[in-house]
Amino acid sequence: MMRRLILLLLILPALGGCAGSQSAFMPRGAEAERIDTLFWVMTIGGGIIFVGVIAITAVAMLGGARVRRALSSEPFINGAGIAFPSVVLTVLLVYGLLILGAGARTPPAGDGLRIAVSGELWWWRVTYTDAEGNTFDTANELHLPVGEPVAVELTSADVIHSFWAPNLAGKLDMIPGRTNTLTLTATQPGVTRGQCAEYCGGAHAFMSFHVVAQPREEFDAWMRQEAGPAVPPASEAAERGAALFLSAGCGACHAVRGTEATGTIGPDLTHIGARRSIGAGMLPNDAAAMRQWIVDNQHIKPENKMPAYEIFTEAELDDLSAYLEGLK
Amino acid sequence: MSDAPHGTPRNDEFPNSLPRPEGELEALERAWEMPKGIRILTEINNNFVGPLYIAAAFLFFVLAGILALLMRTQLAFGDNDFIGQDLYNQLFTVHGTTMMFLFAVPVVEALGVMMLPQIMASRDLPYPRLSAFAIWAYIVGGLVFFSTIFYDLAPKGDWFMYPPLTLTEYSPGDNADFWLLGIGFIEISAIAGAIEIIVGVLRTRPPGMTLARMPIFAWGMLIFASMIVFAFPAVILATMLLEIERAFGWPFFTAELGGDALLWQHLFWFFGHPEVYIIFLPAAGLVSMMVPTMAQTPLVGYRLIVVALIATGFFSFGLWVHHMFTTGIPALSLAFFSAASMAVAIPSGIQVFSWIATIAAGRERLRMSVPSHFILGFLFIFTLGGLTGVMVAVVPFDFQAHDSYFVVAHFHYVLVGGMVFPLFATFYYWAPVISSRMLSERLGKWAFWLMFIGFNVTFFPMHITGLAGMPRRVWTYPGNMGWDLLNTISTIGAFTFATGVLVFIVDVALNFRFGLQGPRNPWNAGTLEFMPNGNYSMRSIPRVTSRDPVWDNPSLPEEIEQGRHYLPGTVTGGRETLVTSPIEAEPQYIMQMPQPSWTHVSAAVFTAGFFLLLTIKQVELSLTCGVIAVISFIAWGWQLDKPDKGMVDIGGGIRVPTYASGPQSHSWWAMVVLMLVAAALYASYFFSYLYLWTVSPEVWPPGGSPEPPPLLYPLGSAVLMVGGGIAIRWAGRRLPAEGARSFAAPAVLALAALLLAGALALEIYGHLGTGLSPTASSYGALVYMNAFLVAETVAATVVLCLFAAARQIRGHVDAVRRANFDNAALLYYYTSAQALFGLVLIHGFPRLIG
Repeated sequence: MMRRLILLLLILPALGGCAGSQSAFMPRGAEAERIDTLFWVMTIGGGIIFVGVIAITAVAMLGGARVRRALSSEPFINGAGIAFPSVVLTVLLVYGLLILGAGARTPPAGDGLRIAVSGELWWWRVTYTDAEGNTFDTANELHLPVGEPVAVELTSADVIHSFWAPNLAGKLDMIPGRTNTLTLTATQPGVTRGQCAEYCGGAHAFMSFHVVAQPREEFDAWMRQEAGPAVPPASEAAERGAALFLSAGCGACHAVRGTEATGTIGPDLTHIGARRSIGAGMLPNDAAAMRQWIVDNQHIKPENKMPAYEIFTEAELDDLSAYLEGLK
Repeated sequence: MSDAPHGTPRNDEFPNSLPRPEGELEALERAWEMPKGIRILTEINNNFVGPLYIAAAFLFFVLAGILALLMRTQLAFGDNDFIGQDLYNQLFTVHGTTMMFLFAVPVVEALGVMMLPQIMASRDLPYPRLSAFAIWAYIVGGLVFFSTIFYDLAPKGDWFMYPPLTLTEYSPGDNADFWLLGIGFIEISAIAGAIEIIVGVLRTRPPGMTLARMPIFAWGMLIFASMIVFAFPAVILATMLLEIERAFGWPFFTAELGGDALLWQHLFWFFGHPEVYIIFLPAAGLVSMMVPTMAQTPLVGYRLIVVALIATGFFSFGLWVHHMFTTGIPALSLAFFSAASMAVAIPSGIQVFSWIATIAAGRERLRMSVPSHFILGFLFIFTLGGLTGVMVAVVPFDFQAHDSYFVVAHFHYVLVGGMVFPLFATFYYWAPVISSRMLSERLGKWAFWLMFIGFNVTFFPMHITGLAGMPRRVWTYPGNMGWDLLNTISTIGAFTFATGVLVFIVDVALNFRFGLQGPRNPWNAGTLEFMPNGNYSMRSIPRVTSRDPVWDNPSLPEEIEQGRHYLPGTVTGGRETLVTSPIEAEPQYIMQMPQPSWTHVSAAVFTAGFFLLLTIKQVELSLTCGVIAVISFIAWGWQLDKPDKGMVDIGGGIRVPTYASGPQSHSWWAMVVLMLVAAALYASYFFSYLYLWTVSPEVWPPGGSPEPPPLLYPLGSAVLMVGGGIAIRWAGRRLPAEGARSFAAPAVLALAALLLAGALALEIYGHLGTGLSPTASSYGALVYMNAFLVAETVAATVVLCLFAAARQIRGHVDAVRRANFDNAALLYYYTSAQALFGLVLIHGFPRLIG
C-alpha cells in the first residue's frame, strides 16, 4: 500500500496520458514486473541510506561533542564506508543476478512461433514464422499471445538500434552482424508502446512501435489474417488507388502481397489498414493521416527514407488513401 | 601524526641565514619576470598559463551549458519544434563532447598545472613549455571544434560516436571527422598535460614531503594523470581506426567484412569509464583539501582515502562493460562487471565517510563559508548519484534504465555533483591564490543556492521521466505520453541553475583582480598553497615535516618570504626548480628550466592547423602546417637541455648538481611515461586484433585471407632492428668526453634510423607481395594497421635520432650532457620492442591457428 502511495506521488505527473502507455512503472510483462519490484526495493533501500547519510552529516555538523567525537574516528569510516556497503552490495548483487537468471531461464513457447524484429532507419520490420515455416512481414507492430513466453530475435539492417518496450521488459540492442534474443511474456492483454532506445541518427526520436498483447485465440486469428494476401480493393476509389499505387512505382519499395508490388526496402503494406499507426508511430492510422503522410512525410518525420510525393492531385490522394486504408 | 612544532628556532637553524645577500631577490624576480605586451603569449609559467587554462575551460563550460539550455527549451513540452531535428542532434553531440573533453578533463588539468607548484612549493612544473603547448593546442582546437555548431558542420553521432552510424555510409560529410580528428587531437593535449603532472608530482615536491605527507589533491592528480596515460590511448586508437575506416575503407567496424561495431564500444568505454573517475578523483582530492581547512582539523582517514583513490583508479579499468549491458553479451560477463561496478562504490563510501568524520572532528563547528556550502551540496548530490549508480549496476534494472532519462539523471548527479560542485567550491577557496581580492561570500551563497536548487529541480525529475519511458537523445516527444510536466519542471530547473552560474560570473567580474598578492592564508589552511608567492612561486622552499606544515609552524609564511629556506634565489641565473626523489623527496638536482618562447605557441597553432585542415580535406595546406609544426618542435627542443653549471648550494649545507642524466633525470621520466602511453595504445591494438579474431575467425588465413609472407621477411625486419639497437648501445658507451665532439655516434644514430625505416618497409613490402588488401577484410585491415602504428613510432624515432645526431655534430651532446642521446636510444629500444612484438603477432598468430 505504502509502495502504491509513493508510486502515485512520484509519477502523478506521468499519469496524465495513458493512451498507449510506454512506461516501466506500469508493467504488463513478466520481466518488467520483476524489474519493477527490484526498482522499488532499491529505491526504498537507497532512500533510507540517503536519509541516513544526510542525517549523519547533520549530526557531524551540529551534534554534541560526544557524538561528534564518535563520528570522527577511523572505526566509524571502516564501518560506514566499508563494512556496511560490502554487506548491502553483496546482497543486492545476488538478488540482481537471481532476477537476471530468472529472465534467462524462461523457455520460449513450444508452438514453433518465431518472431524476428529488424531495426531499420527509422522503422521496425517484424517477421513472423509459424510452426509450419510460413512466414510474413509486417511493420512497427508486435503482436504477442498473452501469458506465453515468446522469443524475439533482434537484428539490425544498418546501424545500432535498441528494442525497448518498457511495459514488457528491459531493452536489448540490435547490432549489425549479430542476433540478440529477447524473451517477452505479456501478462495481460492490451496495447502498449515502445521506442528505439539507442541513438540511431536522424529521426531516432520518431522510431516507435506498438505492442499488442492478445488472448491466444485473438492472436491466432490475427496471425491467419496477416499471413494471407491483401484483400482486393472494395470500392472504385480503392481500385483507382491500387492501379495508381503500382503505376507510380510505390511497389519498388513496398510490398503488397498478392499484387505486383514486391519491394522490400520499406515496410510491407499488405495489411497496413489494420495497423495502429503510420510512419513507425508518427500518426494515427486513418485516411486523412495517410494522405498527409504521402505528401508531407519529410516534415512529419524529417530525413526518413521515403521521398515526399507532391506529384499527386487531391483526387489521386483520396484514391491512394482509400486503397491503403482498405488493406485490412 | 605530525612531527613536533618548530618552536622559535635561531637564525642558524634555518637552511639559509638572514640577511639575504643584496640583489638575490631581484635576480630571482628578473629570471621569472613575465614578458610584457604581446610577448605575454610566450609566457610558460604556471601563474600565467594556469589561469588562462582555467578560463578557457570555464568558457567551454558556459558554451556547452548554453547548448543545454537550448535543448531544455526545446524539450520543455511535447511536440515542440523550436529547434529542428538535425540541429538538436548536433546540439547534444557537441554538449556532451564539449563537457567531457573540453571542460571536465581540461579544467582539472588546469587546476593541477596552476596549483601543484603552489602546493608543492616548486618554482613550476617540470615541462612548462609542454603544458603551455598543450593549452594553446587545446584552446585553438577546442574553439574551432565548438564553432562547427554555428555552420552546420558539427558532429551528430553523440559524444560516443558509435559506428556504424558514424561510418561514411550513414554519416557522410565532414561532421564526424571534426569529432574524430578534433577530439583525437585534444586527447593528445590531455596526455601531454598528464605527463607533466605525473613527473611534476613525483619529482618536484619540496624536501621532506614524502608520498605519505603529500596533500590529497596531489594524490588525486597523480592518479588522475596515470589513468589518462592508460585510458586515453584506447580512445585514440579507436578514433584512428574509425577515421581510417571512414577515409580509406579499412573495415574494422563493418560486420560483413569481419569487423564488429562492438569493438568500438569496448575501446571507447575502456577509456570512457575511467574517464568518469578521471574527472571525479581530482575533485574528491579538492574536497579532501577544503574539508580539513573548513573544519580546522587534519583530515581523518588520510591513509584510507589514499587507498580509496588508488582502488578507484584501479577498479575503474574493470567496469567498462557496464555501459554495454544491453548489447547482448553473455551472462557471465554481466555478472562479473555488475560485481565490479558495485565494488567501486566502496572507495567512494570511504571518502564520503572520511569527510563526514573530518567535519565531526573539528573543535569548532564547520565554518559555513561558500566553499562549505558547495561541499555540502556536493555530498548531497554525489551520494544520491552514487546510490542510483548502484541501481544501474544491477543488470536487470539497467535493462530498463539504460539509454533512458534515468541514466541522464544519474550521470549528471555523479558528474555535476561529483565534479562541478567541488570545482565551484575550489574557485571560491583558491581564488585568493591568484586574485588580490576574495570572491564575495554573499554572491557566492546566492550562486550556490540557485545552482543547488536548480540542479535538483532539473535532474531529479529525470529519474522518473526515464522510467516513465522517455529515451535519451530524442529531440522531441509526443505530447500525450505523460512526460510534459516532468520536462517542464526540468527546464525551469535548468534556467535556475544557469542563473546561479551567471551570479558566479558577476561575482568574478566584480571581485576577481588578477594578482599574486592576495590576502594571506585567508582560510587558515594547513597546506602550502596560500604562502606568499610571486611569479617564481615561493621565495624559498621549506622542508616539510608533516601533512599540515603551516598549522605546525605558523611563522612559516614569513620564513619563506624572507628566504630562510632552501633555494632563496636563482643559482643558475635563470629559471630553475629543485628536483627531489620520487618517494622520500630528498633534493637531487637543480633543473634548469626553459624561458618563454614562441616555438611552442607556433607548434600548437600549426599542429591544430594540421589536424583541422586535414578534417576538411585541405591536404596541401594541412601538410604545410604539419611541416611548420615539426620545425617549431625542433626549434623548441633545440633550446632545451642546457649545459651543466656544476654543483650549487641550495642552503642547509646541501650541494646538488645542475644537470642529471639517466634514471634520475626528468627527461628520462617523461620518456618513460611517453613509452607507457605508446604501449597502452599498442595494447589496445593487440586487444582489437584478438577481439576481431574471436568475432570473425573466418576472415583469417588460411581460409579467409592470403597466408602471411615467408618467415624470411619478419626475420629480415627483426635483424635490421636488432642490429640498429646494438649499434646504438655501442655508440652510447663511446660518447665523447665532456666538451669534445665525435662523428661516430651521429653516424650510428643516422644508420640506426635507416635500419628501422628499412625494417618497416620490408614488413609492408612482404604483405603487399601476398596480395593482402587492407580493404578486403578486418584481417587485412589489422595487418596493415600494425604497420601503420609501427610507422608512427618509427617516424618519431627517426626524427629524434636525427635530432640527437644533429645536436652531437653541433657539440651539444657528450658523455655527461647526454640526455638527447639517451632519449633517442630509449625510444629506439621501445620502438624496436613494440615492432618485434608486432612481428610475432602478425606472422606467428595466423600460423598458430592455421
